[in-house]
Amino acid sequence: MSLSEPDVDRGGRAQGRLAALVRRYEHGSRVPGWDEAADLDKDPAVVPDPATTPVPEGLSGLFEDYMGRYPDRRSASIPCLRAAQRHHGWLSPTAIEQVAASMALTPGYLIAVATFYDMFEHAPVGPHTIYVCTNISCSLRGADKLYEAMLDAAGDDIAFNIRSFECLGACDIAPMASVNGVYVGPMTLEEAPTLVKQLRDGAEPLPDKQLRRRPIARTWWASGERPTGEPAGGRGAEGQTAANNEGEE
Amino acid sequence: MELLFDNIDEPGLHTLDVYRARGGWDMAARALAMAPEDVLGELQASGVRGRGGAGFAMGTKAGFLPKGEGDKFLVCNADESEPGTFKDRELMQKNPHLLLEGIVVAAHAVQANNAFIYIRGEYDYVADILDASLTEAKAAGLIGELNCWVHRGAGAYICGEETALLDSLEGKRGNPRLKPPFPAVQGLYQGPTLINNVETLMNAPIIMRMGGAEYAKIGTERSTGTKIVSVSGCVQRPGNYEVTLGTPTREIIYDLAGGPPEGTDVKFFFPGGSSAPVLPGTDEYLDVPYDFDALQEAGSMLGSGAIIVVDTSVPVLDVALKTAKFYRHESCGKCTPCREGTNWTVKMLERIETGQATPMDLDIMASVCDNIIGHCLCVLGDAMAMPIGSMIKHFRAEFEEHMDRAQLAATEMSRGPHAGPYDSVDPVGEATAELV
Repeated sequence: MSLSEPDVDRGGRAQGRLAALVRRYEHGSRVPGWDEAADLDKDPAVVPDPATTPVPEGLSGLFEDYMGRYPDRRSASIPCLRAAQRHHGWLSPTAIEQVAASMALTPGYLIAVATFYDMFEHAPVGPHTIYVCTNISCSLRGADKLYEAMLDAAGDDIAFNIRSFECLGACDIAPMASVNGVYVGPMTLEEAPTLVKQLRDGAEPLPDKQLRRRPIARTWWASGERPTGEPAGGRGAEGQTAANNEGEE
Repeated sequence: MELLFDNIDEPGLHTLDVYRARGGWDMAARALAMAPEDVLGELQASGVRGRGGAGFAMGTKAGFLPKGEGDKFLVCNADESEPGTFKDRELMQKNPHLLLEGIVVAAHAVQANNAFIYIRGEYDYVADILDASLTEAKAAGLIGELNCWVHRGAGAYICGEETALLDSLEGKRGNPRLKPPFPAVQGLYQGPTLINNVETLMNAPIIMRMGGAEYAKIGTERSTGTKIVSVSGCVQRPGNYEVTLGTPTREIIYDLAGGPPEGTDVKFFFPGGSSAPVLPGTDEYLDVPYDFDALQEAGSMLGSGAIIVVDTSVPVLDVALKTAKFYRHESCGKCTPCREGTNWTVKMLERIETGQATPMDLDIMASVCDNIIGHCLCVLGDAMAMPIGSMIKHFRAEFEEHMDRAQLAATEMSRGPHAGPYDSVDPVGEATAELV
């Protein structure tokens, strides 16, 4: 098995470069083919031994907290996987193993859960995740072109993970994008390079287009000038979330 | 009339102090002082129907839970993934304490001792706000004995379906379950579970304040109260608007949302999210009152209360393809009719687009849709089949016209860019050249 060419068909071009770091099987896929015989001599992966699986300090505390919230600790699998992904950047085999060891579940179970949900990354990705909504409402307002423009603006920069996403629940600011979890819109095509530059410089993404600063539609459309004050329910919350261990990155 | 949106942009409303200054959390205290049956009675008297999609009466559903001791669960469905819907996001972001108060009221009514808010993973910043409010409320002792947590999903439309949500909350893949048993009898961890949408639960403190009978006077007889309507797509002023149920649809699309852009007309609209059958933009349908029963009579549904307007400049095929692709992507794959049906519908729509379709394909598509509806564990497949079926029903002529045009274009293309009119080329020669 050897590393192959980057694949460009998996969404972002840059993403392809990073994904190429994961080995491929000879038939081109990263998972065994359906007709490839399983290694019957090999036992299925068991629950990793917590004694030999080191878990980073901050992460193990989070896992314990999540598992304590539910009557059945297995309920914490999605929150734990999310925390692991935030720590490692993607759900690497190491990340899965750490969650498995802490939760006393098999890696197979966790992978089965993780592959069901869209927000989990199964290959390495860049630190900036941008979801561009290309669902009905947004595409009626030109989201498909925006997605193309975002891909062009990022070029082959591996720092950007740009994906077209199903409805993100912000059709009032269509076409929109979720930039590292911050909703911005309505975006013009010219703003795509601006956004990429802002992220490279570590600046706030399109501050005057953030959804959090928008009042309800009736007020928004009635006022001639666009208020750009403090976001409603925004800033104040961040400091306090530390107690819940789900603060922003 | 504004109940939920009443001064919702007040600065700092997400904090406990500001919320309490306007009389917040008083209703939870009043409810906790009442007997659970009386709170349930108020909810039933209000006649408030579920705002998430199915429109089932909230009080009735809560009444299905067994009475007495034992672990019972309340789950708030904040997995708002229906295309075109964005009301819960705005409500939770701006007034998180109203939701928490509603949860405390509803949990008391059914005697639930665990409450989970299942919020979609994409709404990370909203979940942060909810988390902060929950911490505040817990510190102030307002949540009491209730074991209440915010649970974040990780991106799956199907988890908005109640039984899939329960599976996901139990830490599994979000596959729907067979019903019955309904969640009210066997839900989360096999215990009795009440699942309600965010907007429904937010109405609970308002009902307690007004009294159930008084609340029932708002709106129409069988659709009481107000509704946040998310208007999006081809309109000039998209956004969330609070209307009294029974308001004419025309008023929402034209007066509130500003109607379609200059020079175009409403071609058709989804009255209740992308799962609702579309209605053409004719006077007959625009004058339908926006409530649960009237829309059902008109051949559609209120659903989650999201109006997506499509204007005359957009081909119906584009919308159909987008809709079908969405459901193909989001089908969980458990039931064959949905998994295969959504895939084949997309393939047939693509055939129409590329000009490979025959007139028979529309009928096959309609029969595929018929074979999905009612044959799966959940309604995701139906949610694709119904809008696609209604588009074919109302715009069959346009589909056929597109088919012919695309077919012609495909033929022209295969003859090469410099081909002359039909009679000047040798079709057989061209065809062989293509093959070589």
